[in-house]
Amino acid sequence: MSGFFSPFITKPVSVSQIMLHVLFALIPGIALYVWFYGPAILVSITLASITALGIEALMLKIQHKPVAPYLKDNSALLTAWLLALSIPTLAPWWLVVVGTAFAISISKHLYGGLGNNPFNPAMVGYAVLIISFPAYMTHWLAPQGVGGVSMSFSDQLGYMFQGLLPDGLTLDAVTMATPLDTLKTQLHQHSQIEHILNMPIYGHLAGKGGEWVAGGFLLGGFYLFAKRLISWHLPVAFLGSLFLIAGIFHLFDPAHYAAPLLHLFSGAAMLGAFFILTDPVTSPTTPRGKLIFAAGAALLTYLIRVFGGFPDGIAFATLLMNITVPLLDAWTQPKVFGKKEKRS
Amino acid sequence: MKTLYQFHGGIHPPTNKTQSTQTPIRLAQLPVKLVIPLHQHVGNCAKPVVEAGDYVLKGQLIGRPDGHLSSAIHASTSGTIAAIDMQPVAHASGMADLCVTLIPDGLDKWIELAPCDDWQSLPHTELRHILRNAGVVGLGGAVFPSDMKLYAHKHKIKTLVLNGAECEPFITCDDLLMRERACEILLGIEMMRTLLYAEEVLIGIEDNKPEAIAAMQAAVTAGGYARMEVIAVPTIYPGGGAKQLIRVLTGIEVAAGVRSTNLGVQCFNVGTAYSVWRAIRYGEPLISRVVTVTGNVAHPQNFDALIGTPMDELVAQADQLPGTTGYIMGGPMMGVLMPSMQVGMIKATNCIIASSDQLFPAAKPALSCIRCTRCADVCPAELQPQELYWFAKAKNLDKAEDYHLFDCIECGACSYVCPSNIPLVQYYRFAKSEIWAQEAGKKAADAARERHEYRESRIEREKREKAEKLAAKEKAAQDARAQRAALAAVPETGTMPVAAENPVQQKIQAAIEHAKLQAAAAKPKNTEQLTPHQLAEIADIEARRARVRELAKDNTEE
Amino acid sequence: MISALLVMAAIAGILGAILGFAAIKFRVEGNPLVAKIDAVLPQTQCGQCGFPGCKPYATAIAEGVADINMCPPGGEEGIQKLADLLGMEFKPFGGETKPKPKSVAVIDESTCIGCTLCIQACPVDAIVGAAKQLHTIIAAECTGCELCVPPCPVDCILMVPIAENLSNWKWKYPVYALTVSSSGNAAL
Repeated sequence: MSGFFSPFITKPVSVSQIMLHVLFALIPGIALYVWFYGPAILVSITLASITALGIEALMLKIQHKPVAPYLKDNSALLTAWLLALSIPTLAPWWLVVVGTAFAISISKHLYGGLGNNPFNPAMVGYAVLIISFPAYMTHWLAPQGVGGVSMSFSDQLGYMFQGLLPDGLTLDAVTMATPLDTLKTQLHQHSQIEHILNMPIYGHLAGKGGEWVAGGFLLGGFYLFAKRLISWHLPVAFLGSLFLIAGIFHLFDPAHYAAPLLHLFSGAAMLGAFFILTDPVTSPTTPRGKLIFAAGAALLTYLIRVFGGFPDGIAFATLLMNITVPLLDAWTQPKVFGKKEKRS
Repeated sequence: MKTLYQFHGGIHPPTNKTQSTQTPIRLAQLPVKLVIPLHQHVGNCAKPVVEAGDYVLKGQLIGRPDGHLSSAIHASTSGTIAAIDMQPVAHASGMADLCVTLIPDGLDKWIELAPCDDWQSLPHTELRHILRNAGVVGLGGAVFPSDMKLYAHKHKIKTLVLNGAECEPFITCDDLLMRERACEILLGIEMMRTLLYAEEVLIGIEDNKPEAIAAMQAAVTAGGYARMEVIAVPTIYPGGGAKQLIRVLTGIEVAAGVRSTNLGVQCFNVGTAYSVWRAIRYGEPLISRVVTVTGNVAHPQNFDALIGTPMDELVAQADQLPGTTGYIMGGPMMGVLMPSMQVGMIKATNCIIASSDQLFPAAKPALSCIRCTRCADVCPAELQPQELYWFAKAKNLDKAEDYHLFDCIECGACSYVCPSNIPLVQYYRFAKSEIWAQEAGKKAADAARERHEYRESRIEREKREKAEKLAAKEKAAQDARAQRAALAAVPETGTMPVAAENPVQQKIQAAIEHAKLQAAAAKPKNTEQLTPHQLAEIADIEARRARVRELAKDNTEE
Repeated sequence: MISALLVMAAIAGILGAILGFAAIKFRVEGNPLVAKIDAVLPQTQCGQCGFPGCKPYATAIAEGVADINMCPPGGEEGIQKLADLLGMEFKPFGGETKPKPKSVAVIDESTCIGCTLCIQACPVDAIVGAAKQLHTIIAAECTGCELCVPPCPVDCILMVPIAENLSNWKWKYPVYALTVSSSGNAAL
C-alpha cells in the first residue's frame, strides 16, 4: 500500500498500442508494394520480425531484464518492418537477418534499450548493410510489367533462401535500378530530365509503382495524424523543405534537376517523413526543434540524392540529424507559463 | 460575455462527481475522539495553551499562533483534553506530529463568541487579527493563513478571483457549499474585497456544476453586488489550479515565484470566503469544514465535519464497503494516501476517498521513456516533463532546476498520460525535496563557516592582545631598567625608589614561589599524541613563558 | 603545392588570431580556486581529512597536495562536486573512510564538570558555558565534527544521529519493479 502515489488514476495509450497503430498505418503502403512488386516483401517483413523479436529477447536476457514487458511493446517489430521496407526485395535472407540483428542489438540495446538510443535503429541497420554489402543492396525488383522478365513468388523465394535463379536468368535481367538510381546515372551521362522521365520505369510523378507505394505511406501518415500519434511538425517540415529545395533547383535548371514532386514520391521520402523521422526516441521533443530537424534532414537528403554518392539519402540524412538532436532540444526549449515576456 | 482565455494542456479524466452530489450536506455525528494537530497550516506550529486534563469548550483556543506567519487552533467541540503528544498525522510520510487529543463530552457547548454586527466600521488590521485568531486558513488545500493573504495596499488589487472550479475528480465539497450557502459565501467575498480594495470580483465555476452556477448567480443578483460576476469556465483538469484559473479568467500568467498580487490579482477558495464570513460576523473559529466522502462507500456524500475527526469514523457514516484498502485525502490526481485510516482530518481535508483495488488498480510496471512528449502536450505550466524526468532520474538536480522544476504544480497530468506508466510526479517531488535539503545543508554549512572564521579571528585577536600586553610589559621593564641605571649614576637620590619597590617585589617573589610549588604538584593531562600543530603551540607558549621569566629576572635584578 | 601550403598557413594564422583574441577579450577573472573549493566543502571543520579545518583542506586540494576523496561528511556527492569543479575523475572513498550519518553532539549535563576543554575544541563555537559552569551544545550550530568528544575528561559527550522528522523529511528516490509483483502492485 505504501507504494501508491498520486495520481492514482491513469488513462494512457500504452507504448504497445502506439506501436500497433504505427504498424497498422504501414499497411496501405505495404499492400501497394505487394501489388506492384509481388509478395516477397512480406517474407522479408516476417523474417525481419522474427529476427528482431528473437534478438531482443536474447539481449534482454543477457541484461537480466524481464523479457515479456519489453517484447510486448512492439517497438522491435516496428524497427523490423521499416528496415525490411528499406531493403531490396531480392535481398538474400541473411541480409535481412544481419541488418535486423545489428539494428536491434547494437544500435538499440547496446545504448540501453528502448528510449536510450540516439540513432534510429532501422536506419543504422540500413546504413550498415549498404556500406558492407553495396552490391546486394541494389537488387531491386522491377515493378511488374516494366522489366522484360518477371519472377514468380516461388522464384523470388528461391533466390532469397537459396540464391538460385530460374534457368536462363541473370540477376541483371530480373533486377532493375530504382527510379532514383536511374535518375542519378542518367544525369551523370548527361541526359536531360525530360528524356529520362520518358523511360518506362517512370510513371506519372516518379517511379512507376514506387509513386503508388509512396502514396500508400502518405495515406498511412494521415491516419497517424488523425489518431494524434504524430504532430504535424516533422512531416510538414520535411516534405515542405524538400519540396522547396528541389523546387529552387528545378526552377534554376529544369533540365538537370528533377521536379519537386518527383523527389517527394521517390525513394523513402514519404516513408521517412511519416515513419522514420517521427521516431520519438531519436527526434527532438520541442516543436521548433522538430522543424529544424526535419528541414535539416530534407536538405541533407536532397544533397545526397543530387550531389552525393548514394541514390537515396534518407538513411544518412536521418542519422546525421540524429546527432544534432540533444543540441536542438537544448537550444529550442520553449518558454514556460508566466515567463514569456521576459528576455532570458 | 467575458472573453475567457486558455491555458496550455490539461486532461479530461472521468469526473466521478455525481455519486456524491445526490444528497445535501449532512452534519457529521460527533466522533468518539478528536485528534487535532497543532500544525495544520503554512507557517509556524501553533503553541499549545492548554494542558492534558483541561476541560475546554467548543471553539476555545487550544493553540495560539506563533510568529508572523502562523494560525490558531481551536477545540472542535467541548470536552476534555486527553493528551498533547505526538500522534500520526495526515501526511504522506506517516510520521507523527504534535496533536491535541480531545474526548468530546457530547454536550457540544460553545464558548462565548464575539460576533460583530458592523464589521465595516472596524479597521482592517483588526479584521485580519480576528481572522488570525480564528484560525482561518485557505481551504483550497494550501492552508495559507488567510489574514496574511488579505493584506494589500490600495489600488494594487484589480481582480479578486474566487475559485469554485473544483476540477479534480471525485471532489464535490465546494459544489455543494455553493449550492447551499451561496449567500454567505458572497458576504464573505465582500469582506475579502473590502480588505483587498479589489475593484472587481470574478467567481470561476466549472461548467459541469450548473446548479452551483445558478445558485451563485441568483445570490449575486439578489444581493445586488456591484462588479461581481459568476463565470462558467470550461471543465478541464487542472483548471482549478490558482494560476490556471487566473489565466482563464484574466489572461494573466503568474509565473512561479511571482506573487499574483504584484500583477493585481488575488485568488481564494469559496470555502475560505465562507469561513471568513463566519469568523468575522459570528466570531466562529474554523473548527469544521465540508468534506466529500466518496469512493468505496455505499452512500457517497458531503459532510460538515469537525476538524480532528478520525477519518475512519467519518467514512463509517457514509457506510464503508468491504474491500477498502485505504483512504486518499484529496482527489485521485493530487491526493495523498493516508498512512493509517485513523488519522484525524485536518483543515486541508477537502475529500476522503475510500480506495479499493477496483477503483484504483495497482500501478502497472513502468517502462522506459520513449520521448513521445505526450506529457509536454498536457502540462499546464508548459514545462518539458520528459527532460525533468531524465534529469531527476540521473539526480542532475542543477539541470532540473534550470528546466524550471519549481514551476511544476504537481498536478499529475503528465503521469496520467504517460504511455510507459512512469510515475513522473514522484521524480519531481523527489528532486524538489532533494534540492530543498541541499539548500538547507548549504545554509548550515555557510553558517558553520562563518562561525569558524569568527572563531579563528577571535583566537588571533586574543593572541595579538596577549602579545601587545607582553610588549607593554617589556617596555615597562626596559623603562624600569633605564630608570635604575639612571638612578645608579646618582647615588644620593636613588635610595627612595628602590625601597619603595621592595614590598611589591616581595609580593611578586612570594607569588612566584607559590606558583612554582603548585606547578610542581600538578599533573598535566593530554600530553601524549600531540599533533604538530599542538606541539608548535606549546613551543610558542614555552617561548613566551621563558621570555616572561627573563623579564621577571630583569625586574628583580638590582 | 605551394598554394596549398599557403592556404593552410593562412587558415592556421586566422584561427590562431581568433583564439588569441578570445583568450584576451573573454578572459574570466574568476574566484580564486581555494574559495571555490571551500564553497563545496561541508564546513564541518572536523579534521577527518587530516587538515585542521575545511579551508586548509581546500588549500591543499588547490595546491594538488590532497586528494578529493578525503572528506566523509561531504559524502559521495561532495567528491562528485569536487571532481566536476576541478575537471578530475570521481574517486570513491578509500579504505576505512566512509560517511557516517549526520549527528549532533549532546552533553550529559549531570556528568559535566565545567572544565571548558570541549569549548576550546569546538571549531564553530557551538558550546555554551564557562569555567566551573555547566556546558551545553547549541544543537542548531553543531556540525557533528566530533572534535569535542576526545578532550572531555569525563566522557560526557555523546553523538546522536539526527532523526528524520516532519521538518526534514524528504521524498525518496522512486524505485519501481519492472514486473508486476505477486501482490499485483508494481510500485515499491
